[in-house]
Amino acid sequence: MRRFAASPYGVVVLIAVLVAALPAVLPTTFYVRIAALVFIFALAVVGLNLLMGFAGQVSLGHAGFFGIGAYAVAIGPTHLGIPSWAAFVIGVALAALIAFLVGRPILRLKGHYLAVATLGLGILIAMVMTNEAAWTGGPDGMPVPRLELFGWRVRGPVTWYWVSGITLVIGAWIAANLIASPTGRAFRAIHDSETAARVLGVDVARYKLLAFVLSAAYAAVAGAYLALFDGLVTPDSAGFLRSIEFVTMAVLGGLGSIFGSVVGAMILTVLPQVLTVFHDYEHIALGAIMIVFMIFLRAGIVPSLLTFLRRSS
Amino acid sequence: MTVLEAEDIGVSFGGLTALQGVSFRVQAGEIFAIIGPNGAGKTTLFNIISGIYVPLAGRVRLIGEDVTAFEPHLLARRGLSRTFQNLQVFFRMTAAENVMVGRHLHERRNVIAHLFTLPSVLRQNRATRQRAEELLAFVGLADLADRAAGALPYGALKRLEIARALATEPKVLLLDEPAAGCNPVETEEVDAVIRRIAEQGIAVVLVEHDMRMVMQISSRIHVLDQGRTLTEGTAAQVRTHPDVIAVYLGTQGTEAARAHG
Repeated sequence: MRRFAASPYGVVVLIAVLVAALPAVLPTTFYVRIAALVFIFALAVVGLNLLMGFAGQVSLGHAGFFGIGAYAVAIGPTHLGIPSWAAFVIGVALAALIAFLVGRPILRLKGHYLAVATLGLGILIAMVMTNEAAWTGGPDGMPVPRLELFGWRVRGPVTWYWVSGITLVIGAWIAANLIASPTGRAFRAIHDSETAARVLGVDVARYKLLAFVLSAAYAAVAGAYLALFDGLVTPDSAGFLRSIEFVTMAVLGGLGSIFGSVVGAMILTVLPQVLTVFHDYEHIALGAIMIVFMIFLRAGIVPSLLTFLRRSS
Repeated sequence: MTVLEAEDIGVSFGGLTALQGVSFRVQAGEIFAIIGPNGAGKTTLFNIISGIYVPLAGRVRLIGEDVTAFEPHLLARRGLSRTFQNLQVFFRMTAAENVMVGRHLHERRNVIAHLFTLPSVLRQNRATRQRAEELLAFVGLADLADRAAGALPYGALKRLEIARALATEPKVLLLDEPAAGCNPVETEEVDAVIRRIAEQGIAVVLVEHDMRMVMQISSRIHVLDQGRTLTEGTAAQVRTHPDVIAVYLGTQGTEAARAHG
């Protein structure tokens, strides 16, 4: 049983069960809406985790790719007359292409230097979205036409709960597949020792780029979902704070743990809602809780708890 | 057959000459040792041959092809792999997974198939895992396959690196101090492993401080001192060479004394 829980596929089943069972206990559509937001952010964080937790490369600019997905489904139908679903596909492809082109030069950088370069990339994308007001509506953002698929209008919290939940399960499954494959082993090898990976024949530059492109695609899918769900997109969706939020979710939940990504997204989405009972002290409480988590569960919530369970049994 | 050839290798760091005019040839199936006092340039030479440093002068040829300054992963593809003096183990992976990474070049690397775990990927994973277990058994680590590499003792990690490098199916294997930190029993085991590797026709190039081991297993020995070649020959020739005795008695008398015994 524990072996199953620790295997990546056990985690996929766990997430699927969670998605299927949760509506039974969520009292109102308000909570369904929050759950849908958790799934959407979790999808972006699972992708980021492939890059950070498995391949060991940091990105402080992933909201940029999230924003590209979001603006694609806004600009495509509004300005270019492209149907939403096609704009969605184009947006994800565009994010992957930009990651491919920019990733090649910046992934030569390591550690803090890579962090600053990806930070710059994210800020640059957000600036374009703020300044190209004729296309993007500027700082106020723009409305996003509702998604329509074969006459089915995809709208409302319950619908988006299922769409984002099922996509998260698929996203987690793909990530689990990858981790158990030669590509996943190459990612993890690069994380632990680039030098050793190289002498064993791993083309390190290629695999770093692959992780970067894949994680950008995950972020773009999530960004498009959020825009379609909200019916509105602003430059904040691509902003620096959102990038930091993604990294925090990944680290808090546990780098290298797919379920950790879901837990991290859940805590940072749900906790601010719960903490509103503290009124003015909301942010202090949130900060304090995060610090306590990181001090006592320093490998992230899920990996630390797994280690604890293993030791105690 | 000559599989590895270094010709007139030279490199310097910040004006300090680390290597100058070093040449040697290694044949398939032989155990070729590179020795010398600390700072003689042994590890630097290894780093040049394995593509981690770029030499200022000289050529490296691998199975007849000029591979000077090739990137390490391209050298691995052409049949050269190595281990490290300061361990470069994938500590967060299990012992078996470490060796499985070594199979990378022999696996199909179709990312689309990996994303969806097609049946071919599962079959391949099983084959890779099986080969990894065989190699772990070859170096005597069969029992530790599913242990986290980070939890293994030092001597086991040294052998794990050998198994991992062997997984690439090299024609030339560079071993940087494979017996360092091992107790006498472990050293004998490493000894036997190296001999069996050479018997398979793989050229083993060895940097080692354990003189007893070097003298016992090497077919030829290349002696470096202060970045230059002092001499090259069989164990018997090197042991009695006046320059070698002078260098070792001058700096590491105890090691030379042990070499005679």
